[in-house]
Amino acid sequence: MFKYTLKRLLQSMLTLFIVITVVFMLMRLLPEEGYFGEGDEKLDPIQKETILRNLGLRDPLYVQLGNFYKDLATGDLGTSIIYRPKVPVADIIKAKVPYSLNFGLAAIGISLLFGILLGIVMARFKDRFWDKAGTAYIVFINAVPAAVYYLFIQLYLTDILKLPILFKQTRPISWILPTVSMALGSIASYAMWMRRYMVDEINKDYVKLARAKGLSGKKIMTRHVLRNAFVPMAQYLPTSILLTISGSIYIESLYSIPGMGGLLVDAIQRQDNPLVQALVLIYSALGIVGLLLGDILMGVLDPRIKLTNRGGAR
Amino acid sequence: MMGRNTRFNKALDGINESLFAFAEYDAGAAERTGYSNYSYWRSTWQVFLKNKVAAFMLVLMLAVVFFTVIQPYLPNQKSPININIDAATGLQLRNHAPDSEFWFGTNSIGQDLWARIWSGTRTSLFIGLMVGLFEAVFGILIGALWGYVQKLDRVLTEVYNVFDNIPRTIILVLLAYILRPGLFTIIAAMCATSWLGTARYVRNQIIIIRDREYNLASRCLGTPSRRIITKNLLPYLVSIIMLRIALAIPSAIGSEVFLTYIGLGLPLDIPSLGNLINEGRAIIMVASLRYQLIFPAVVLSLITISFYVMGNAFADAADPRNHV
Repeated sequence: MFKYTLKRLLQSMLTLFIVITVVFMLMRLLPEEGYFGEGDEKLDPIQKETILRNLGLRDPLYVQLGNFYKDLATGDLGTSIIYRPKVPVADIIKAKVPYSLNFGLAAIGISLLFGILLGIVMARFKDRFWDKAGTAYIVFINAVPAAVYYLFIQLYLTDILKLPILFKQTRPISWILPTVSMALGSIASYAMWMRRYMVDEINKDYVKLARAKGLSGKKIMTRHVLRNAFVPMAQYLPTSILLTISGSIYIESLYSIPGMGGLLVDAIQRQDNPLVQALVLIYSALGIVGLLLGDILMGVLDPRIKLTNRGGAR
Repeated sequence: MMGRNTRFNKALDGINESLFAFAEYDAGAAERTGYSNYSYWRSTWQVFLKNKVAAFMLVLMLAVVFFTVIQPYLPNQKSPININIDAATGLQLRNHAPDSEFWFGTNSIGQDLWARIWSGTRTSLFIGLMVGLFEAVFGILIGALWGYVQKLDRVLTEVYNVFDNIPRTIILVLLAYILRPGLFTIIAAMCATSWLGTARYVRNQIIIIRDREYNLASRCLGTPSRRIITKNLLPYLVSIIMLRIALAIPSAIGSEVFLTYIGLGLPLDIPSLGNLINEGRAIIMVASLRYQLIFPAVVLSLITISFYVMGNAFADAADPRNHV
């Protein structure tokens, strides 16, 4: 277990290092117009040159890269140019993190709870109404682009349920729809896998034995089947984290939640390179750490799992 | 003599004449007696057609694809990027509600939504097909080599484990941001992120079957790797390969919508379903204009759901275990 954790940790650190380097290199490919901010047409070439030199963009690439690592290590993510000129990116993001974290964690919690519940219900009533309804839900969520159903939820559910259409921190009622929307994708994935595992387990010999012993269907379900089906569910936790991350980008900007996802959309639309760069790094780091935690958790729950066994694509 | 003949006739009386007619060839009966005229693709097709929903969606999608191709050549079609002018006022025909002239109405600058939706469907399907094809070809190629050539396995697996940790969405966003919006840059960004999953999946499947006896036998007889991969291994994977292609189409269309939403989509003069939905979203607060969001969203959902259901139905049908 220790060896596995260590190896997995090193792998994550290597990934992070590669991500940082690649992001840096790619951002240098962008046209330099993005570095002058508002009113760049008034600058003459000499002034532009000076700005670029002051930003360190005229140094050799390896010096720039070295400085970039140094800055990151000290927590300096650069300075915003357009979004809020001359404000350190770290300060902008610091104010946004709690929102994203709260909504993300709430969404993951909800999806675990309802996804597993839905999966159990579907397995229990296999081939009957609830199973079919659940399957239709899963197909819908997997097939239709998230943007579409997020939009319609915001458009019509706010009308029907008389909920506020935009996020307001002082009104907890306006937190409901964003959190639930963010959880929809993960609920579908949990329900699908939970149902599959339950159905697989029900056909196994030990369940037949339990039935032969005369245990009631309910006891077999709670004591035997559920326990065995829970373990593999841990491996979908990382997927769920990634789904929530991409969901948060939509949801936060749709409901004007002042979190990092909305910030990323703003930064991209205003082409604020340092801000985009910092957010991409943070989101990658979140993904990397999330997957690391999920894998370690899975190793704790099920000792049979080895590093190479992680299946599925994401 | 006479007596014997009568006896003979009596015996024949109870016999059904039709039993002595020449038998017609009957595929069902042939199956029952063990004779097999089994054809993989025909059985796949038959099992697929048994799924009524999937069969309906196949017809629907064929119709949609056919229609998007011929639509610009039909009479009375408007150009998707031409701004319509109101003859009475000489102004742009903004937000004109659907009527007999403009079937789906016009958008906020007076372009015909009907034409834009079909033009957008064409763009989105094109993106989906390109990404799906690339994903299949490249993913299968890398996946087959990765699974079959043991020396490559270690290296590729380590590389994969490193890249797999980065959220796909973020890679997509970063690539699209750097490449700048355009039809081919968007396709390139999606291709760059999509094939990895397929390659991994194909690799896992190949590892499972690569050392089965029939492959060992082939190898002992000196069959070259290329032939083993193409003749022994890949036919096994037809069903999952088709599934991945079918699912790549809705997911590519979804990615396009996502990129457009965050401001990295196609330029406005190339209509796509993502563009249209984004335009519709901008005027969401006016209830009477919501048709501009609803029409493209319905078309988009029909397309993605159809491909998803068809892909799954086909993957089931292509599995010989489900054949009769």
